[in-house]
Amino acid sequence: MELNPHTVKDELLKAYPKKTARKRAEQIVVNERREDGSLPEIRANVRTTPGAITQRGCTYAGCKGVVIGPTRDILSITHGPIGCGFYSWLTRRNQTRTEGPEDANYITYCLSTDMQDEQIVFGGEKKLRAAIEEAYAVFHPKAIAIFSTCPVGLIGDDVHAVARDMKEKLGINVFGFSCEGYKGVSQSAGHHIANNQLFKHVVGTDETPRPERFKINMLGEYNIGGDAFVIEDLLERCGITLISTFSGNSTYDAFANSHMADLNAVMCHRSINYVAEMMEKKFGIPWIKVNFVGAEGTAKSLRHIAQYFNDAELTERVEKVISEEMTEVLKTQFEVRKRCEGKTAMLFVGGSRAHHYQLLFKEMGMKTVAAGYEFAHRDDYEGRSVLPTIKVDADSRNIEQLEIVADETRYQPRKDPGELVQLQTAGMDVADYAGMLPDMDEGTLVIDDIYHFETERLLEIYKPDIFCAGIKEKYAVQKAGIPCKQLHSYDYGGPYAGFRGAINFYKEIDRMVNTKIWSYVQAPWEAEEEMEADAIAS
Amino acid sequence: MRKVAIYGKGGIGKSTTTQNTVAALAEMGKKVMVVGCDPKADSTRLLLGGLAQKTVLDTLREEGEDVHLEDIRRRGFGDTYCTESGGPEPGVGCAGRGIITSINLLEQLGAYSEAENLDYVFYDVLGDVVCGGFAMPIREGKAQEIYIVCSGEMMAMYAANNICKGIVKFANAGGVRLGGLICNSRKVDNEREMIEELASRLGTQMIHFIPRDNDVQRAEINRKTVIDWNPVAPQADEYRKLARAIDVNQKFVIPKPLAMDNLESLLIDYGLAA
Repeated sequence: MELNPHTVKDELLKAYPKKTARKRAEQIVVNERREDGSLPEIRANVRTTPGAITQRGCTYAGCKGVVIGPTRDILSITHGPIGCGFYSWLTRRNQTRTEGPEDANYITYCLSTDMQDEQIVFGGEKKLRAAIEEAYAVFHPKAIAIFSTCPVGLIGDDVHAVARDMKEKLGINVFGFSCEGYKGVSQSAGHHIANNQLFKHVVGTDETPRPERFKINMLGEYNIGGDAFVIEDLLERCGITLISTFSGNSTYDAFANSHMADLNAVMCHRSINYVAEMMEKKFGIPWIKVNFVGAEGTAKSLRHIAQYFNDAELTERVEKVISEEMTEVLKTQFEVRKRCEGKTAMLFVGGSRAHHYQLLFKEMGMKTVAAGYEFAHRDDYEGRSVLPTIKVDADSRNIEQLEIVADETRYQPRKDPGELVQLQTAGMDVADYAGMLPDMDEGTLVIDDIYHFETERLLEIYKPDIFCAGIKEKYAVQKAGIPCKQLHSYDYGGPYAGFRGAINFYKEIDRMVNTKIWSYVQAPWEAEEEMEADAIAS
Repeated sequence: MRKVAIYGKGGIGKSTTTQNTVAALAEMGKKVMVVGCDPKADSTRLLLGGLAQKTVLDTLREEGEDVHLEDIRRRGFGDTYCTESGGPEPGVGCAGRGIITSINLLEQLGAYSEAENLDYVFYDVLGDVVCGGFAMPIREGKAQEIYIVCSGEMMAMYAANNICKGIVKFANAGGVRLGGLICNSRKVDNEREMIEELASRLGTQMIHFIPRDNDVQRAEINRKTVIDWNPVAPQADEYRKLARAIDVNQKFVIPKPLAMDNLESLLIDYGLAA
């Protein structure tokens, strides 16, 4: 049965008060090109309507949890009441692998100032200082990061002043983040704040030259379930040097030295484009959009990196690696397609995952009928070409925008503008991201910041074979008899990046959508009761 | 026990008026407790004869949970009980939250219990209602009646009107009522008429007009209330009158705050322009 997406949209809006319906009408969009061939416009990065159950997280979560958290040797201290620290402890399955037993790894720790009534009334700076000194005495880290939670902003503790003093006193790098939870409309604000401080305080502080020929950074890859390990392995086999990942399996030293790279490859455009742009302006390192989710995307990304360095040997090695990997990929694709072809998926997650994972489903012969981001901006849907037309509202102005200029001595453009245009013409996304919409079928439904009510209605209306979201949605979806794959944490699975990851994903989804268990969601006695009731009624 | 809160613009004389009035009530044989709700902790200086008081929050900080009523309550003039909530130094932390913590602690320790046989508790609250913490005394019925100290100066009247807005907000939930305006004269032209008119437009009364008298300052230099310093001074009688008016007051209202242009027209009709 073909569903009319416009009817579905009307159905979703019907339940809302007028003002909410008006706003949601701009955030729920049918993916249809307009007469002039342009993509539809979607409203994104705006406040969630109070009362709606949103998927979104807070600014602190975006800063500490997403961007800085995965780095193993920056000691993270949460300045605030204990809950924020405790509930952000280890929760994103970011893996990390030390070089040896001597290497620092603080990911398993959870440090908080455990703010109490007394600090709220008299200020918490003193306790923060004590916490930093205590943490330093125990761990002797290279760097300490301080994260502000909501009350810190309300009572006006100056975490940056404390960081400055402590940096001087301890002789290590100490920096703070004004990432109070309420600062933005979603965790997206926290990503931006994390990018700013990382760039201001860490990137470019180690001038050790790197002799390797093909040096890149991987941006917006967070090593969920071991994704970064797969990518690292692929790059190594191709002979590409990965200086730093932002921030899966990353270290402080790698960030500090990351300006020695000649290319920034951006995976998650939403969470890290700021660092990519700032590094281009300050050091002259170009960035390209890549995607290591899906076999096709992985092959294309490796080829683009080789094309960028324009070296015959590198290209040859890349092709060799791709062909080595593709045999198994195609074999598994063939196998799962027998059972998955034509099945449907919905993805409501993240700021790039809802896009990237559609490509994996496509490789399995599955169709994405509806998708949307949790905290993305318009450019993540419609592409960066809309950037000049995005209205910057008061909520976004609240976040510091760094003014970056070319470094007097270190700015060194890796490519001249002509070369970059050539690469762009050759099909590479140079400093560009085309967004999710062009990759989605006509007539699919695109929803920004989906509200839980809409999730439930969509499940009833479309009955998709699988729904991808996070832990907050998972069990509500599964109670409806539809499997839910978490794309924040991968449940207990992964890696799903690269070729090997793609194979894992095919098998996992095949297992989830073809198990019979979902037909048993209604217990037999519930069905019997209905029959009895019917009998009585007649 | 009547629970009274004194509000008003900063510097208008809330602490001075409160303590002098409390001294008069004590003289009448009333049992009164004063709770200073100002981080500067200077609301009980005249009753105690100095700033010797250790604040509730300081005590809580030093003693931990093990705090006794005697630790935070001192006896002042006329057997009054004096406590200071205290709070952070300027520019640090959250003084409003401090007030909440402090009042809750006083409650827990039984400072308001029947056994204390209090006739009155007076909350002397910092400045305007600046945030939720400073509204604490008028929330949840901590205070039942409010008196606003004001003068014929424009900003004092603006502040009084603003405080009325705060009272309206909490009147339905907590049952707080406005008992009247206390005019602490600044010798502005037509001051008495203007405040009487303001009071009537707000739906309340000017409960007393305190004339300006330097004896108040003389007593203050000696760390005393006027009644304590010179019981026969004419100004002492003014505070006695105010205390009696409060004691017999029956007029408790939900005020009707004025729109800004009405307030300005009042100033034009009765004030300097008249």
